[in-house]
Order: sequence, then structure tokens, then C-alpha cells
Amino acid sequence: MAKHEHKCDGLCEQHCEGLCCTKIENFGVKFGEHTILEDVSLHIHCGELTAIVGPNGAGKSTLLRAMLGEIKHTGELKYENDEGKKFGASANKNAPLIGYVPQQLSFDVHTPTSVLDLFLVCRTRKPAWLVASKNVRAEATAILARVSAEHLLDRKLGTLSGGELQRVLLALALNPIPDLLLLDEPVSGIDQKGLELFYKTVSEIRKEYDLSIILISHDLALVAEYADRVILLNKTVIKNGTPQEVFSHDESARLFGLSWSRSSSGVPGGASNGATIDASNSNADAPVRKAGE
Amino acid sequence: MLEWWYQLVDFVLPFQWTESEFMKNALLAILLVTPLFGLLGTMVVSNRMAFFSDSIGHGAFTGIALGTILGGIKPIWGAIAFSIVFAVTITLIKTRSKSSSDTIIGVFSSTAVAVGLVILSFGGNFNSFSSYLIGDLLSINQMDIALLAIVFVGVLALWVFILNKVLLVSISESLAASRGVNTLLTEILFTCAIALVVTITIQWVGLLLINSLLVLPAAAARNISKNVRQYHLASVIIAVFSGVTGLILSYFFNVSTGASVVLVAAVIFFLTLIKR
Repeated sequence: MAKHEHKCDGLCEQHCEGLCCTKIENFGVKFGEHTILEDVSLHIHCGELTAIVGPNGAGKSTLLRAMLGEIKHTGELKYENDEGKKFGASANKNAPLIGYVPQQLSFDVHTPTSVLDLFLVCRTRKPAWLVASKNVRAEATAILARVSAEHLLDRKLGTLSGGELQRVLLALALNPIPDLLLLDEPVSGIDQKGLELFYKTVSEIRKEYDLSIILISHDLALVAEYADRVILLNKTVIKNGTPQEVFSHDESARLFGLSWSRSSSGVPGGASNGATIDASNSNADAPVRKAGE
Repeated sequence: MLEWWYQLVDFVLPFQWTESEFMKNALLAILLVTPLFGLLGTMVVSNRMAFFSDSIGHGAFTGIALGTILGGIKPIWGAIAFSIVFAVTITLIKTRSKSSSDTIIGVFSSTAVAVGLVILSFGGNFNSFSSYLIGDLLSINQMDIALLAIVFVGVLALWVFILNKVLLVSISESLAASRGVNTLLTEILFTCAIALVVTITIQWVGLLLINSLLVLPAAAARNISKNVRQYHLASVIIAVFSGVTGLILSYFFNVSTGASVVLVAAVIFFLTLIKR
């Protein structure tokens, strides 16, 4: 297998030290007359946490769903790794095994479905209404422990808080360990502490399993702290680079009303809670979390 | 064909209400059909499809009307064919369309029932078909039971195969798709199973009550269950219990069997509501 060719079209300055690489080439999505995405090309590297930020309606969730093959799109998703078939990966090395955490679930809150049931229906063909596989239970407990959620195994889905549900879904997406992890963060419903725990966990997982992670984020302060790479998306890739590079970009300031580029350090990482974000811009995609949310 | 069953009932349940053959037939039919309602009902309730399943009943009614005017074949075959086509059509429209699915289902549902009523009332002799509105459980014959037995095995097998997928789709379509589930095929198989069971049962339970049979046991079970296994078990038990109790009550009080069954299920639902 050829090593990953280092052609990043000048978009990535970092060298590609990972052995695998996901390439999105010329993705485009149209709903009828409306162009949602056009000409999106990206390289995602193993062991990197790539955050996608952008205003409402920028096509962030659509991009993930197109990558999953759920939405019709033009362009190609290619996956390359040096060893050919990775452990746990699908047989076709060009089709990565994708773990996905959707932005929101649509279940009825009173539905009698436990966290274990969710693992059962995803992980086994045995009918979950007849048997609860002991293997799946053990597996689920182990991976839930990885995201500090093992105590939730027998809880009903409807009784989980936003943050708990997000961690459960993360554990589910990691079972089996995917090549590519796509996380679509909810716009609201998760408290600041839960959110920080989530980013911390995702960040650890990235190192532990050498995964490529794409995270749609609404919290720029946390992105600045945890992401290796940030992509500013608004129908197409506007800026791709390190958090500092993207947040100091003029377009970021225009789209988010950011004043980071003018802050003294120029590095937003230290500014927790996004103290320098101008909340007055109505176009902002919820970058600011109000106290008590 | 059913001699073994008649002897078994005489031996196990030597009561007054089981003496006649039609009561034995009705009892067997209830034991075959109520577990299916219990099973399918769980996902009807979890998927918030109560209105959808109601419209499938209306489609089945039109199917029976069409089967009747086509003649030559038993109305039930025409009814099954039509209601499956009807169920697949509204499933496709529901998934394709972006407007509220409630409205679309409502339009199809009322159109179907109107067409059925027009056909059956043509020539002014609707009274002979009014049994399709309220049903007659005691009219079950051996052929019906044979058909029911086949459907029982078929739906049970289908449920073993698709419940995991139906459940995942009900939680999140995106998540299901990312796990390789064909969401559209899953929904179509599920609605076809509902259409099949509802259509066969409608002649005994009637258009007016059929949907409550599907929704009530599962809704009651939902109130008292913590996971999918408890949910299914409770729903099936409540469905079978309501069916048998309703049959016995209807015999002693000489009232509609379908209505008695639904009333028992409703009482159980309200009891579980208190518990929740």
C-alpha cells in the first residue's frame, strides 16, 4: 500500500505522520434547488481531533451525513491506511468503519429502552426482546467505563441527562472501535461541566486508539483547547488550520463576531468560556453558552 | 381439523362458556392474534405510530369493500392485498415528504374509509356489511383459524428478525443508517406486518376498535417496563389477558366481544398509569 501522499493542497501545514488518512474529495450536496455543500475537500488524519465550526445552516451536519452515505452527494470519500486492513476495520480498506454520534435522537422519552438495549440492538442479531446477550453486556460495560458511564447500563434512555446520553452514544460509536469517528454535538441541553468531560474523553480516546475524529462543535472555547485542527465551514471550506489560524481568520470574525484575533495573546486557548466572544452577533451558531444552560 | 383443540379445551377448561364450538374457535383465535397485537403494539407506541396504524385499519376496510365487489374470491384476499399496498404507499410518502406526516396520513385515511363506505353502501344495502365496523368475533370459522395460524408463525418469525432494526430506527434513523440498517425496508416490513394482522382481525374486532387493540396493551406495558424484554413480555401478557377476559365477559353479559376486550385493556392501562 502506498504511503499517504502528502498532497494537502496547501491546506494543512502539519506533516501527515499518521499511517491512515481519510480524504473527502469534492463533496457537494443539493436539496432540490438549494446547494447545501459544494466543493468540500478535506484530509483527516489519524490521531487528530478535527473540529468543524460554522454558522447555522452551514451544512455541518449534512457533511457528516453525506460521509455516512445517508444523503446523496457528489465527490468521494476515500480511506487509506498503511497496513491495508486494520483490526476491526471493514474488509474494503477504502470504506472505513465509521462510528457516529448523531446530534439528537428522536425517541419517545417514556420508551422502555435501556442503555443495554441500545447496545444489544446495535451489536447482535439476536432479538433483543427475547435475549440479553451476556457478551454484549460485558462489552458494553467495558466501553461505557471508558467514558465514565458504566453506571448507566440499566437506566432507561429517557431518564438520562443530555451529557449522559452523549457519553452513552459516544461509547456506542466506539463499539466496535471505528476507523473514523463522527460526532455531531447537540446545540443545547448539555451543561458546561458535561461538555468539558465530553471533550476531555474524546481527546483521550483520540490518543488511545489513534482514531480520526471529526467533531461538529458549538463551543469555540473548548475547540480551542482540545482540537488539533479546525475547519470553518460555510457551504464550503472557508478556512482549515490550527485553532489559532482559523480563529484569527477574518472570515471567522465576520461569521462569529469573534474578537479573538484582536485579543492580546492571539491564542484563544486560555480563554475559557469564550470570554472574548461577542455575543451580539445573531449569526453566531451558539458559540456562547449562557450561564445556567 | 381442530378436534384436538376442542378436546383439549373440554379437558382443561370444562366450563359453560367453552361448551359451544364457536366459543372454542374464538378462544383459539384470541390466543393466536392477541400476542401479535402485543408484539407489534410495542413499536407502534414507541414510534408514535398510533395514528398511522389507525389509518392502516381504514385501508383494510376499503380493501374488504373492494374484495366484496370484485367477488369470486373471499373478500379477505382482496383486503390483504389492498391494505398492504396502502400501507407501503403511505410509508413511502411519509418518508419522502417533508410536510407533516400526520396530515398526509389523515388525507389517505379518510379517503380510504370514504371509498370503502361508498362501495359498500352502493345500492343501499350497507347494513349487511356493518359487521366490519364493529366486528363479530364469534363468526370465526376453521378456515379463518388456519389462516391465522400461518400469520402467527410468519409475524413471529419476522419479529425475531427485525425487532432490533425497528427499535434502532425508532431511536434514531441516522444512527440506524450508520449501523448499516436499511431504514426504509425495515419500516415497510414493519407496516406490512401491521397491515396483515389488522386486516385479518378487522372482521372480528371491527374498524372502530381495531387500533385500540394494537395500542392499549403496549401503552399499558410501557408504563411498567424498564427495558425491551419487560416491555414485550408485559405487552403480550396484557394483550392475551384482555383478550381472554374480554371473551368470557362478553359471553356472560351478551355484549360485543371486541368492545369487551378493549375495555379490559383500557382498565389495565389506567391501573398502570396510577402505578407510573
